Amino acid sequence: MSRINVNPTRMELKKLKSRLSTAKRGHKLLKDKTDEMVRRFSVIIRENKNLRSEVENDVSAALAQFSVARSFMSIQDIELAFSMPNVSMELECGKANIMNLAVPELSLKENRSETKVPYAYSAVTSEADYSVELAGKVLNKLVRLAEVEKRASMLADEIEKGKRRVNALEYVMIPNLEETIKYISMKLEENDRSSRTRLMKVKSMIAAREE
Amino acid sequence: MKGKMAIIGSDDSVFAFKAVGVDAYSAFSPESAESLLKKIAKEYQIIFITDVLAKGMDEIIKRYLNSAYPVIISVPSKNGSNGYGMESIKATMEKALGVDILFNKDNE
Repeated sequence: MSRINVNPTRMELKKLKSRLSTAKRGHKLLKDKTDEMVRRFSVIIRENKNLRSEVENDVSAALAQFSVARSFMSIQDIELAFSMPNVSMELECGKANIMNLAVPELSLKENRSETKVPYAYSAVTSEADYSVELAGKVLNKLVRLAEVEKRASMLADEIEKGKRRVNALEYVMIPNLEETIKYISMKLEENDRSSRTRLMKVKSMIAAREE
Repeated sequence: MKGKMAIIGSDDSVFAFKAVGVDAYSAFSPESAESLLKKIAKEYQIIFITDVLAKGMDEIIKRYLNSAYPVIISVPSKNGSNGYGMESIKATMEKALGVDILFNKDNE
């Protein structure tokens, strides 16, 4: 390991010792935090996978149903029928907090009006009715999936960052500090010994002169 | 906060979601979807993209990863999933944990 380039003085030694203790405490805290994030992540990612496989089936079914419906009508008619949605879904967006990480929190409020579809029944085929109903059903799950998947990817990002920090502290910062502290204390002891022998020598020289 | 949803699809089938209050856009190539996404990213909180398009614009989608909004999610198209969504879950998991804890059974 490489030691930090500092003057071997008592002052520096004191500073380095306090830095080492901070680094050690920080390392412990960060490691605990990453462990907890990993635990939560594994719960979320499992949910994510299950939701996604459900949603993928439902969405492609809904879209396929719609393209069947579309084949019975011209695109203008479709545009006309669907451009004024009165089955409005209100999306509530908030922010939740997972381990100090602001993640999205989404919920869907359904404002079903009396009529179930946003057009006159005479205007479109029953296939279209059916596809709209399917889309409405799948939307709830889609929003839930959006929330979970975003949380998972954000947590993954944060875990990666945390791991990098923990490793930097564990394998670079702390060993470097320890080595530097050792170097300084050895240097100080060395200085101490050399001044002591110098004093002893001087003392014996003075004693020899006085005789 | 009130949010808005949009869906970007490669064909007209996404108009089905228009009836339930999701704004539908169509883009016929990943490139045009990219410029569309940049235009609407600030306006919407959730943006669904069909996975045929999403596969071609992976980089752009990753760019929106760090902030909470907008949430960009791939959905399958009417022909079924092309596996992009599951792949991205797998990538996320491997990034965070370094190991595969979900899919290993499926491969057997």
